[in-house]
Amino acid sequence: MSAHAGARAAPGLWGRIRGNESWSVGDRVGVGLAWAAGLLLCAIAASIVLYMLFRGLQFLSFSDIFSHPLPGLGESGGGFLDPILGTVVVAVLGTLIAGPLGVSIAVWLTEYARPAWLARAVESGVEIVAGTPSIVLAIFGLIVFQESFFSFLSPTGEGATPLGRSFFIAGAMMSLIALPLVVGATREALHSIPRHVREASYALGKDRASTIRRVLLPASRRGIGTGVTLGMGRIIGDTAIVFILLGATLRFEPNGSLPGWDLLTGNGSTLTTYVFNNSPAGEGGQPEKAYAAAFVLLAIVLALNFAVDLITRGKGKSWTR
Amino acid sequence: MDTVKPPPPVRRIQIEAEPTVVQAPPSGNGHAPLATGMAPRLKQLPRPATTPLERMRTEGLSIAYGAKLAVNEVSLTVRQGEVLALIGPSGCGKTTLLRSLNRLVELTPAATRGGRILLDGEDVDGYDVTWLRRRVGMLFQQPNPFPMSIFDNVAYGLRERGSKKPSKKQLEPAVSEALHRAGLFEEVKDNLDHPALALSGGQQQRLCIARSLAVRPEVLLLDEPCSALDPISTQTIEETIVALRSEIAIVIVTHNLQQAQRVADHVAFMYLGDLVEYGEAEQVFRSPVAERTREYVSGGFG
Repeated sequence: MSAHAGARAAPGLWGRIRGNESWSVGDRVGVGLAWAAGLLLCAIAASIVLYMLFRGLQFLSFSDIFSHPLPGLGESGGGFLDPILGTVVVAVLGTLIAGPLGVSIAVWLTEYARPAWLARAVESGVEIVAGTPSIVLAIFGLIVFQESFFSFLSPTGEGATPLGRSFFIAGAMMSLIALPLVVGATREALHSIPRHVREASYALGKDRASTIRRVLLPASRRGIGTGVTLGMGRIIGDTAIVFILLGATLRFEPNGSLPGWDLLTGNGSTLTTYVFNNSPAGEGGQPEKAYAAAFVLLAIVLALNFAVDLITRGKGKSWTR
Repeated sequence: MDTVKPPPPVRRIQIEAEPTVVQAPPSGNGHAPLATGMAPRLKQLPRPATTPLERMRTEGLSIAYGAKLAVNEVSLTVRQGEVLALIGPSGCGKTTLLRSLNRLVELTPAATRGGRILLDGEDVDGYDVTWLRRRVGMLFQQPNPFPMSIFDNVAYGLRERGSKKPSKKQLEPAVSEALHRAGLFEEVKDNLDHPALALSGGQQQRLCIARSLAVRPEVLLLDEPCSALDPISTQTIEETIVALRSEIAIVIVTHNLQQAQRVADHVAFMYLGDLVEYGEAEQVFRSPVAERTREYVSGGFG
């Protein structure tokens, strides 16, 4: 390959698209379509980022990020400090639940997985959760957390029935979105550790538990980090669960007076619902605020994707199989 | 060359033939010495003056994976003060035999075992498996340091013993001693907190030796420890092996006949699960008794 490229001048861009003279018409059409698809996607991504950048710079003012929204719908003005913090709270809650849970599931699936039928059931469980639309998870969460058993987790409405909407509930259901990503990335990382590394630990008289704790999990750090970061990105971008399970108040509405807990069981909003509210589809009627908030949201998600790139790049030294 | 070439020797091997297990060469056997291309022995250290001390023994050991018999009724003795090399073509069961000595073969779900394995006269089944594996260390084909610092790799086997965790200061003498014995100390003494996976392949393998030595095993099992290494690293490791044999009983599985000639005191040749020949290295390589051993050590097949 490289010898050929060295001997002959590299083909220009058009030469690459046109392909070799000996190719059949079908092949050439296929190659052309593949090029067109790739270029189209680049164009779409670039136009989203550029348009949002343009709108963001046009409408975003520094004070928006640090001021509270106005409490009433339809009032113009106010910032979106509360939605930004709400996004952070939901994302942190979701990953705090999904991280340990997902890593445990992945460890069990790769290192134990007995009995086999249970392992298959767990695998399909993860797949089902991964495939469930978030609006379905949201509705399901609402039904579960409106049971009076869970009344300590959300504000109570009339007749002492819990509202079923709070940061904690939204975060808990959000963790289900992140969970399959954490499980998948961790499993992949564990699978990539050669068998003889595990055996080296057993050969030193270690049992399986300390092998997992001291060797396998440290060796899977990058994979776990990737899964958690991807999951966080999914949580931050989700709208349906926040819309249904967070109470859709623009400002923080604490529940009770216990510091911290009042916030977790209280209502609020995130950037996604703030954008929805202020977009022409919502009731807030401040499209310029929607653009500004959408720009901030896009910046956060892109930053997370960049973080994943940083984690996975330069895989570090590893073992040969 | 007018004469018709004889068929390749491998065709002449009778798989069904009874294995001829020979413990000592009968005097005055008719075979000519196979002296062509003998590798020189490593002569750095004289053989220990004390008579070799028996450490492990297998008695009629058979191991099967499902219905497939991998090791067939093998009886062998592993002694401190000497290096025992297991040689034979791929799939002859030598690695399986090695892995059974520290009961690592039990990790393979389909594996079953017959016969007995004794460590210091006691059946290994009677020992707690984690205790057994501390007494019988193992080195693998690929260097496999753990993803932690050099110091932590060597200290790995020493930690989590009992409820009281030893501090870094308490572990320091044992760690540097193990690194000394593995011949790695001078190269890494200033970088003990560096990640072990950043070392070169040969250094990684010597680190793995140090990791095994730190728990002070009586027996060390080596599964083709140099097959992934360059000749210079191989030489360093072979010298370490020869130097260690006075304190530790060493069993080495190798595909490399020259390596067996350089390091081994006794050699066991296995073929298709059978122990075909066992004897002093000099005898097995120069005047093997069994026909198959002759074929193998003279390069006829394998």
